[in-house]
Amino acid sequence: MNTRDKMNILFRALLISAIGFLSASCEKILPSSPEENEVLDGTIDALSTAETAKFLRGDGAFTRVFTSSTGLGPLFVSNSCISCHAGDGKGHPSTSLVRFGQINEMGNQFMNQGGPQLQHRAIVGFMPETIPSGATHSTFIAPANTGLGFLEAVSDADILALSDPEDKNNDGISGVPNWIELADFVKPKSNSISKNGKYIGRFGRKAGAYNLLNQTVNAYNQDMGIVSSFSAKDTFSGENQEPEVSDNEIMDLVLYLQTLKAPLQRNVANQDIKDGKVLFVKSQCSSCHIPQMTTGSSSIAGLNNKTFAAYTDLLMHDMGKALDDNYTEGTAKTYEWRTTPLWGLGLSKDSQGGKVHLLHDGRAKSIDEAITLHGGEAVNSREKYSALSTNEKQLLIKFLESL
Amino acid sequence: MVKQYILVILFSLISHSVFAQIDSTLFKRKPKADSSKMNIDAVYNRPFLQVGRTPLGIGGYAELNTNYGVIDGVSEGLSFQMRRMTLFLGGSLHSKIKFMSEIEFEDGTKEINIEFAALDFQFDNFFNFRGGIVVNPIGAFNQNHDGPKWEFIDRPISATQLLPATFSNVGMGIYGKKYTKQWVLAYEAYLTNGFDETIIDNEFSRTSLSAAKANKDRFEESSNGKPLFTGKVAIRHRKIGELGLSYMGGIYNKFQDDGFVLAPKRALNVFAIDFNTVLKKTKTTITAEWAWINVDLPSSYAVQYGSKQNGGFVDVVQPVFKKPIIGFSNSTFYVSCRLEQVDWNTGKFIETSAKMYDETFSIMPALSWRPISSTVIRLNYRRQKQRDFLGNPPANAGVIQFGLSSYF
Repeated sequence: MNTRDKMNILFRALLISAIGFLSASCEKILPSSPEENEVLDGTIDALSTAETAKFLRGDGAFTRVFTSSTGLGPLFVSNSCISCHAGDGKGHPSTSLVRFGQINEMGNQFMNQGGPQLQHRAIVGFMPETIPSGATHSTFIAPANTGLGFLEAVSDADILALSDPEDKNNDGISGVPNWIELADFVKPKSNSISKNGKYIGRFGRKAGAYNLLNQTVNAYNQDMGIVSSFSAKDTFSGENQEPEVSDNEIMDLVLYLQTLKAPLQRNVANQDIKDGKVLFVKSQCSSCHIPQMTTGSSSIAGLNNKTFAAYTDLLMHDMGKALDDNYTEGTAKTYEWRTTPLWGLGLSKDSQGGKVHLLHDGRAKSIDEAITLHGGEAVNSREKYSALSTNEKQLLIKFLESL
Repeated sequence: MVKQYILVILFSLISHSVFAQIDSTLFKRKPKADSSKMNIDAVYNRPFLQVGRTPLGIGGYAELNTNYGVIDGVSEGLSFQMRRMTLFLGGSLHSKIKFMSEIEFEDGTKEINIEFAALDFQFDNFFNFRGGIVVNPIGAFNQNHDGPKWEFIDRPISATQLLPATFSNVGMGIYGKKYTKQWVLAYEAYLTNGFDETIIDNEFSRTSLSAAKANKDRFEESSNGKPLFTGKVAIRHRKIGELGLSYMGGIYNKFQDDGFVLAPKRALNVFAIDFNTVLKKTKTTITAEWAWINVDLPSSYAVQYGSKQNGGFVDVVQPVFKKPIIGFSNSTFYVSCRLEQVDWNTGKFIETSAKMYDETFSIMPALSWRPISSTVIRLNYRRQKQRDFLGNPPANAGVIQFGLSSYF
């Protein structure tokens, strides 16, 4: 065998070895998935094939970037859902939105001047809005999207059962629903409870949206300037326009939001986290941030009569003067805010650029700061937290970070 | 127009084949490689097939590959990709008048583009006039982008998505070269149609010069009546290597219509530096390019659209084994690596004073085999980290590609 033959054999052997090695090790040298409880995206259990297909289409709608040629604006806050809810988590101060013009239950007095939402960005050739003179306003950080289907599926009766407007149990905490008027396109659920023609809102910082369709349509219209058959009025011209997004795309997105999984708690068995939860309850945080709720009946199997741990009561609470921006929605007072679900709190920094921006406008830069900014009905709870030792505070925060 | 072009090529091929009676010895290739060749020469420095003494040169290249990618553990599986088939057709009408064209079919027939089609008129080596569809010579990859010349299946991210690669426009300009014993100086300068507002209004949700490639109207008229200037100066030392400096700039927005002023003029400026050399001792080839982009944005625009961007790549290519194998007398194996980084949005958030991200980093080791110099079989493995503009935990991607690229 001469050198050339040897080279040819060597070459063939190397080629076969390389192909074999790659086939065998392909999966090992490629990046693996993060742990299920380390990310917010993913679906609830037991989605049907049809629901999964709709979820995927909804995911596409969620990440769709609008441009001026596909309907963006002309006035807008952002150009896609995902730009404000990175990884389905909480938003960043750079993508926050501003609402203005309502100080009481008499409604928004600035609807004819661009209310209720400021569109502070505009496509080329248009001037963005400014807050009208005399209008009070509040800045809202985008909330996380996960587990929203569970919150939507809680019955009105269950929410009302948690409210205590007169504080009959003398714990200093009342909790009331935000009764809101429904937009024309919003149809109340069959078991909805109404009061003077108004219904219980449950989405948004002020619980100003009744359900996820309501929230989604408003976001298309007010955040991105995208009109639909549900909400055809253009935020710039005030005129009704042809839909810029189809009903199907909106309904896909609604299902996507309904079926995003609930955030999964991490290190549940860790003793520090168990101790932290005890302190959480002992400090009466759990009076508003209720550890467990149960959904009612739902056409989506994974949401039907399920118990979940969102740490909210979906009610409005007086949060004190420091958090009163003199702006509100529905029948809520300006100092009242809906109890923010705490699930996913520990993953907030992963969608907020590595640092947390908590409370409605992101002013709190840590969980500790967020707790100490609680006022109003939460004063007793805050004082109990403040009275904890440094170690106990750390345990409580560790528990919150595990959510 | 494209159909006519293809017909011309087919007719030329058929007619020459008939005359030559399919005798391949009548075709001759004219690859050129000497120390005076620079990136500017890449347009003509290709292995054309030429029939006898006819002035017509025909050539092209094709690239295909497999692609298996995973992002954060999720894969779309294995795909086969016919990246592109490019046809060259050139000819000399006179010793001082040449025509060269390049038509590209990408992803089958998903995109068909005349990438280059220009008439060159030579006054002397240092002063040539060129008019037609030209590739704006920003950076080196734009000038020298033929797939078979590279050891990597993917084109550099900075070249394709940042600059953008093979961005061609209708226009005209001058170019030339000057030789001394050790040095070669080259320049190019063109005025062409240019960008439009899609660079800041696109589905990438970021400032993207490459978004303007979708505007085919630029071959018919300027978007705003203001020409885009692109110029490059490069110098080569025959023993050291080539250094290029290039600039591209102009007004990108439609600031007036029918005599009415619509908006202030908004400019973009792109600077690039490129370098390539071959280390004499080890025969290692190093190719590097970096670009900086500055775009004047409306103050009320979305924060995702950055006014400053930069990015580039470094390729290191090492021949490791050169022996005759299965009948290929100049067969050579290479080990290579490409490092890439792009920052799509350089700056800080007004709200938090924190750094903006929207960054991509990639490392791509590669093995390749060239049985002949104009054909390469490549195996690439890419690891890439991509952060969104907020700086959240990066998406981790991994890609394995195997493919071949060859002139024909």
